[in-house]
Amino acid sequence: MNTAPAVAPGSTDANLRFLEEVSARTAGVSRLEMCIQCGTCGGSCPAAADMDHTPRMLFAMIRAGMRDDALRSNTPWICVSCYHCVVRCPQNVHIADVMYTLKSMAIQARLYRDSTAPDFSQTFVDMVENYGRSFEFGLATRHYLKHFPLRMPSAASMGIDMLSKKRMTIKPKRIAGMDQLDAILSRAKQLELTS
Amino acid sequence: MSGYLLYPGCSLEVGARAYRDSIRAIEGPLGLELTEIEDWNCCGATEYLGINLIPAYALIGRNLALAAGQANGSRTLVAPCSACYLNLAKADYYMRERPILGERVNEALAAGDLHYDPGSITVRHLLDVMINDIGLDAIEERVTHPLVGLRVAPYLGCMVPRPDYEHRWSDHEYPNELDRLLKVLGAEVIDFPLKTHCCGGHMTQIGPDTAYELIRRLLHAADQFKADVIATVCPMCQLNLDAYQGATNRHFGTSYETPIVFFTQLVGLALGLDAEAAGFGREMVTARHALDRIGVEPPSPEEPAETGRRPRKDPKSLPMPTMPGAEGDDR
Amino acid sequence: MIAPISGGAGMSGNGGRPRIGVYVCHCGSNIAGTVDVTELRTWVERRLAARGVVVARDYKFMCSSLGQDLIAKDIAEHRLDRVVVAACSPHLHEATFRTACRRAGLNPYLCELASIREQVSWVHTDTASATEKAKAVVSGAVERVARNAPLETLRVPVHPATLVVGGGIAGIQAALEIAEAGHPVYLVERDPSIGGHMAQFDKTFPTLDCSACILTPRMVSAGSHENITLLTWSEVERVDGYVGNFTATIRKKARYVDIDQCTGCGICQEKCPKRVIDNVYEAGLGYRKAIYTPFPQAVPKYPVIDQPNCTYFIKGKCRACEKFCPTGAISFEQEDEFVTIDVGNIVLATGYDLFDPRRVTQYGYGRLANVFSSLEFERMTNSAGPTNGEIVLRDGRTKPTSVGIIHCVGSRDRNYNNYCSSICCMQSLKFAHLVKERTGATVYNFYIDMRTPAKAYDEFYQRVLEEGTLFVRGKVAEVTDAARGPGEEGKLIIQTEDTLAGRQRRIPVDMVVLSAALEPRKDSSEVAKRFGISCSHDGWFIEKHPKLDPVATMTEGVFIAGCATGPKDIPATVAQGAAAAARVLGYIQQGEIEMEPIRAQVIVERCSGCRICNDLCPFNAIDFIADRGVTEINPALCQGCGTCVAACPAGAIEGTGFSNEQVVAQIDGLLLRNLEPTAVEPALV
Repeated sequence: MNTAPAVAPGSTDANLRFLEEVSARTAGVSRLEMCIQCGTCGGSCPAAADMDHTPRMLFAMIRAGMRDDALRSNTPWICVSCYHCVVRCPQNVHIADVMYTLKSMAIQARLYRDSTAPDFSQTFVDMVENYGRSFEFGLATRHYLKHFPLRMPSAASMGIDMLSKKRMTIKPKRIAGMDQLDAILSRAKQLELTS
Repeated sequence: MSGYLLYPGCSLEVGARAYRDSIRAIEGPLGLELTEIEDWNCCGATEYLGINLIPAYALIGRNLALAAGQANGSRTLVAPCSACYLNLAKADYYMRERPILGERVNEALAAGDLHYDPGSITVRHLLDVMINDIGLDAIEERVTHPLVGLRVAPYLGCMVPRPDYEHRWSDHEYPNELDRLLKVLGAEVIDFPLKTHCCGGHMTQIGPDTAYELIRRLLHAADQFKADVIATVCPMCQLNLDAYQGATNRHFGTSYETPIVFFTQLVGLALGLDAEAAGFGREMVTARHALDRIGVEPPSPEEPAETGRRPRKDPKSLPMPTMPGAEGDDR
Repeated sequence: MIAPISGGAGMSGNGGRPRIGVYVCHCGSNIAGTVDVTELRTWVERRLAARGVVVARDYKFMCSSLGQDLIAKDIAEHRLDRVVVAACSPHLHEATFRTACRRAGLNPYLCELASIREQVSWVHTDTASATEKAKAVVSGAVERVARNAPLETLRVPVHPATLVVGGGIAGIQAALEIAEAGHPVYLVERDPSIGGHMAQFDKTFPTLDCSACILTPRMVSAGSHENITLLTWSEVERVDGYVGNFTATIRKKARYVDIDQCTGCGICQEKCPKRVIDNVYEAGLGYRKAIYTPFPQAVPKYPVIDQPNCTYFIKGKCRACEKFCPTGAISFEQEDEFVTIDVGNIVLATGYDLFDPRRVTQYGYGRLANVFSSLEFERMTNSAGPTNGEIVLRDGRTKPTSVGIIHCVGSRDRNYNNYCSSICCMQSLKFAHLVKERTGATVYNFYIDMRTPAKAYDEFYQRVLEEGTLFVRGKVAEVTDAARGPGEEGKLIIQTEDTLAGRQRRIPVDMVVLSAALEPRKDSSEVAKRFGISCSHDGWFIEKHPKLDPVATMTEGVFIAGCATGPKDIPATVAQGAAAAARVLGYIQQGEIEMEPIRAQVIVERCSGCRICNDLCPFNAIDFIADRGVTEINPALCQGCGTCVAACPAGAIEGTGFSNEQVVAQIDGLLLRNLEPTAVEPALV
């Protein structure tokens, strides 16, 4: 832990505020405050080996008000949304959705350490906001060029194979109601979820 | 004919064309009528939720609102793609669980003159519809070319059996639905221990090394069971295991060569479709050997498929815990 | 408008006007912290004087002897004929204040409690509005008490016999205590033998004394005691009556063995050709015959024929047992028998069921051969069990070199049971010790929190630590046979987060033992209904008071003991069995029981004989008198629940102490309608 907590130590209310904020910004009822630190999530996670903190530790950090450390963690970005932890959690914490919340908060606070994952999500979102559909060719080329230039040759050969099997197109498809979707998303961006 | 609304999702348009083609090919024979929602948009996959919450749910909400508007008789929306299925179901569920989310989403939808009442659409996966609405008996009746001799690893991945807000599946860890369907098709179904484990999801894009390990575990387990083919219900699983199988082999120095097919493709073969009509030929790891197996061993509907060898009972061995309702036909 | 009050025969001869004293309790700061007690008292003095209040006081602790003296003194000095105590819930101190009134010469039923703690101060924070609500509650109580009639308690005799249901250690203990005191006991057990779960165990924690060695002497005593009638292979079908006077109907299931002829020699079991997996006593790990006694020390020693599995009953031939029985005791013609017994009290000690670990699919029980349940493991370690006490894998021969023991399977988990099963930590420690002692294998215990809070329990934990058992703090995520690499081939892999190391671990072992939760019996809610008691939402029987009356229930004369009320270890179970016996002996000693005079009464002139009420009574207290065409209520059976009062379409049934007039007057008082100028003055009944 090389960063100071976001709030003065000893100020319990301020510590709790980060937990409350994460809860409020999570889609369903997060139940984050119910965590008993049993480790079911960290034990279940198929990608735990690559995480800097297990989900359980991350929840302890959130409780401790360690805002910056928590938002800098790579854990939410490694989460593969397999929902094993969610169905096994003895306290029914909405773990996967808390991970989504932490990602969006990290992007807002610009606290992520590796930009690969946030960029991938952002590129994906850009495609969707432009066309209303995902566009894999555009996504893959933009993403691989930026983040894995060395892997480009093997990716390209795979891409050609995909193209030849008609599993990829070089032209995106745009939905008819793009203006409507645009209006909805623009309005949505002005809204926030509060408790 | 049972009518349903269909949300195909982006993958089925291009990457998982085999899934779409096979669904469309078996739809009629199975007595299904799937009406595509007009001008649907992307569900946001696993990406949009991590960027901005209200827009992500508004994006899904538009599809639900369109489906509700188009609902004509059927209010059941079928989503064959796991991520789409989960996102649609999740938005519907959370809009009910946290009413403030529902209000916000509808505020956004109002900007496009749309509205969605949470709970007014039922989101279901195609496999669920096939098992519970069409029924295994009806499917079995239509099987003309049983897949005798084909060893199949049933693979559901994550987002269909979990988190399962509406308790539609027999289990979160070891659901039996796909196994039962494949057995009815005449295939030899292995008890695949990783049937609901992760394929790597988007990690193939953002942390390939993490993804390769997850892919390796699945291929390794299927190989240990000598599976001829892995049957999946999800475009993402299919893509990761199929398109990245070569990369995984290079990464670990392994030589797996297991074809990954959609379960609807196997249904198609069993119903007597030819390989092309069932969407074969688009897979990166060729399914030719697997197809040969069924080809050289002609189907015999009378003979039940062998379901693995059972070791001779040792007189000293202790009994296994008995499973109520598990004896005999487990349908 | 308040209803006029009938009659006028006052006790105090002041023209029928009641003389009421109101006492406001501070309950320390429990009430006074939220309710302005001075304001409340002066308001009562001023505004309720017209309603008959002649004195009002407030005091720090009304329930103290000084507080009670205050009331007694006022009864004498102010010639009070009614008392209202505004304090806690009547559940707590109604008896205290009614007794104080009786000592001061006032009929106890002329004293009412107004609950301004549970219903006011504890549930509100704003003083002003809480005080207003308290005024309303007191005003209602004043109107009600003015209309109370003096009542006399009922006395009923107590039958000296007791019914004990469940022959586990709790039931055995209760039965022995009562029998030793010289009173008859019927001990009913649904299995063929008494002994319960304790008979399945090998060792008991933390002392590791042999379970059978300490249990079987008790079983033998219970089986041979002159005051105990043992009814095994039997179930209670029906219970009628009330405290002191219950009638129970018991089904004695057909044993197909004539116990007068049977010597318990065991030849029939030897000769029976049908082997059946024993899912009860051997927890599914071993076999028995279709005719069997569950274990050698069974009490009684007579076997039973498992009818659904017996070849003769299935195919119509075999009769091997009959052929070989030296005394001709086999009787295939036997049928279920019903016996009816009269008892004064009932003790329910029906025990628990083990959680089915198959429900936690990710632990693989039932799918992975070498995953065992805790009861299976108990049987395996038992020297009389299927492996003669040897710890081996499912193949029946291979000794494990590493064993993982998983705590909290089905406990402390919202997907299954929220509660802690309380015994599993100690049980798992015992297992670890036994594995070490008998196999020398490496042992891992996976726990969330180590809970060892009884005498010598934590010392046992220390001992197991010393023996080298490895403890991993983390709830196990999954048990799998899907090996990821060569080190895992052929093993069961326990995947968990080691939360103290902060890292995910995969630990290959040969054997996994699941310490499964204790659950209420599957039929606990039907049993509760049959005996007129209640179950929690989980299914455990509910105590009258969880701390101060843990073995009584809300139904007088029905007591509960052991795991039927919640998970417990053996010492606590035995203590409860003895405690229930003490409560029963108290009633027997008294010879008769005083009963609350709150009863329903039929006003015969108004009864149309429609019989709507007849079947509604939960206590079977209502009889239809055919020749007169009216319904009557037996005051000894009636518990005053009020169901019939509400159901009667003619308004012909009145609850003593809860007449329409009393209830309506109390409501008017709550709404402060009694303060309106038009309100009719209260006068005594």
